Amino acid sequence: MSDAGTSTRDIPILGEPSGSALPADSGHEGKGEIHLVHLYPREMSIYGDLGNTRCLAARIRRHGYVPVVHQHHPGQPFPEQAHLVVGGGGQDSGQSKVEDDLERIADRLRGLAADGSAMLMICGMYQLFGKAFVTVEGKTLPGLGILDVTTRGNEQRMIGPVVLSTDHGDVVGYENHSGSTLLGAGQAPFGTVRHGQGNNGSDGTEGAVTDHVIGSYLHGPVLPANPLLADALIGWAAEQATGGFEPGDLDDEVARQAQTRQVRRLLG
Amino acid sequence: MLKTTVAALAGKAARRAARLRGGGTGGSALPGLVAEKIDPGFLSHALADVRGGIVVVSGTNGKTTTTKMLVAVLRAHGKTVFTNPTGSNFTRGVISSMLSEKLQRGRLQADIAVLELDEAHALHFGRAVAPTHALLLNVARDQLDRFAEIDHTAGLLTQLAAMTTRGVVLNRDDPFVNRIATTLAPGVDVSWFGLDAAAADRLGELSEHDSREQDDFVPPAAAERDGLLTPIDEQQLQITFGAEGEGGRVGPVTLRQRGLAAMINATAATSMAKHLLGSGFRADATEQALRTVAPPFGRGEVVDADGTPLELVLVKNPAGFTVALGTYGSTPTATMIAINDDYADGRDVSWLYDVSFESLREQGVALTTGVRGWDMALRLQYDDVPVAATEVDLGRALETFLADHRDEPKRIFCTYTAMLALRRMLGERYDLPEMGVDAPDTTGGAA
Ligand SMILES: [Zn+2]
Repeated sequence: MSDAGTSTRDIPILGEPSGSALPADSGHEGKGEIHLVHLYPREMSIYGDLGNTRCLAARIRRHGYVPVVHQHHPGQPFPEQAHLVVGGGGQDSGQSKVEDDLERIADRLRGLAADGSAMLMICGMYQLFGKAFVTVEGKTLPGLGILDVTTRGNEQRMIGPVVLSTDHGDVVGYENHSGSTLLGAGQAPFGTVRHGQGNNGSDGTEGAVTDHVIGSYLHGPVLPANPLLADALIGWAAEQATGGFEPGDLDDEVARQAQTRQVRRLLG
Repeated sequence: MLKTTVAALAGKAARRAARLRGGGTGGSALPGLVAEKIDPGFLSHALADVRGGIVVVSGTNGKTTTTKMLVAVLRAHGKTVFTNPTGSNFTRGVISSMLSEKLQRGRLQADIAVLELDEAHALHFGRAVAPTHALLLNVARDQLDRFAEIDHTAGLLTQLAAMTTRGVVLNRDDPFVNRIATTLAPGVDVSWFGLDAAAADRLGELSEHDSREQDDFVPPAAAERDGLLTPIDEQQLQITFGAEGEGGRVGPVTLRQRGLAAMINATAATSMAKHLLGSGFRADATEQALRTVAPPFGRGEVVDADGTPLELVLVKNPAGFTVALGTYGSTPTATMIAINDDYADGRDVSWLYDVSFESLREQGVALTTGVRGWDMALRLQYDDVPVAATEVDLGRALETFLADHRDEPKRIFCTYTAMLALRRMLGERYDLPEMGVDAPDTTGGAA
């Protein structure tokens, strides 16, 4: 595939202060630097998924650490340090633009996952982190295999608000996907569906989790309204970066209101 | 033919019945449904005598305003224009509006039809009646539940252009729209509208932040019929035809709506009018018409609330909200934001994270409300915008907002169903005209 239509310029992450891609000045590292990488922000961050990156960077700051926010674009060298890696959903055109690059950086991503880096992959990137994607026409496309899931293209889209039970408490979000995903025999789901469709609309599972790698279909974006999940990822990343996590004292009352109202409303 | 007459009569009867039940005329689809049932070919029969053109206006943002402006400009040139003025941009809405006109044996008597249609219904319409002309505005994320992907929406407009028989007017500056020029059948006449070179740096205000990069297509240099916008201030603009003005100028003219989006709509409408009217196009008539067009409800409508202005601003998608904040954000005004997530609002509120709210930081937001009022408050928290209160109930929120800010200018940004509900409450309180009906002094200068 040619590189037509791709660009390596960073895109604005709304609200992020300028220079947040740069390392901290010496003496201003706070509790430590956490390197955050958003994979393919231009092609794969539909439906507000960049809001996850914004949420993580803001909360890393509020916890007293310094986020270094990298954007990884197709064809670029992958950042040297990556404690936290985030990816989102895309259109078909977006996915086809990143496939070659993903193959190129596959070993690096598998290495980071094995070493315990925190990762959150939403929708399209969740599918690409799986073992394979089988198209509607029956063609099998290999994935990274970091998560033991297989996705089949579907005619029917699964769309709507979702409530899950997870290890990080209730999680609310919004799914919008046509792929139907099945977990491999030993693969743990990210959550149990209490409202919505989840991986496939039939087995009650949503997403997948292996060590510190979470895949999920939830947009929303999922992290702002589910701060426990955001802090779990930040905690894992902080351990990677500094050997431990000393959380700050954050006021999450507004997020709690948004989340509990949505849970109550959808579960009745 | 007889069947069409019967269909028209049945439709008219249904329309009267709907009116008697107190439903008003605003966007009611029932009469259209009745007429379409009796005669599926109703549309093509009804439009058979409209010789001057069947013009479809489509795109994600600005359809209603652009349609109103185009109709006003054409009427100012002495044309009899049929349109669907209520923002009911579905095929049945078009039929319903037809039934409120005088039909002769089921046929509409007009020179030109100008129809606002959303992307999907434009195709539905096009299958019944091939449009002679299409004015294609832009493609942005909107109501994702229905269209799923922005590429898909762009595809719908491309198909609409392919159905169009005579001429297409395209937005030079929208990467999804301008490339449609490369897909048109040979005989189809293309002209363009856009920003002039000096204003091109303001494009960022209009493009949504999550839009993906496209392979660049560069439209040809502006020719004589292509309208280029020069904004003069917040409300005043000039349109130059051709790169050097060789096609003439319109303006300076002051619109009744503020902001760049309205000016681009005016440029689109004016360029289509020139495309349709050719040498019959007159700058003075156009200026006169543009000057008189009132903003559609919810697009900057100003309500007199106990002596201070209250503005209702409809926000539907990231591009629209971004433009609205760019237009209104900096003026000191008490602000409320109402976010619902019903089907007509878009059920997914993720899009709020593709809008920057930093322009509200200094002023703060008095209230967030609606079913997703807390999600809005959370979004604002991430942009460090102070929120004084959150009250999910729209009625209680409106009470508080009006009481706490009695002597200040007020503004409410609201999603569609929140707008309908708030408009109803404000209507009861301040005795406003019915939704979907123009205030009497504002219908564009009919000749
Ligand atoms: Zn998705």
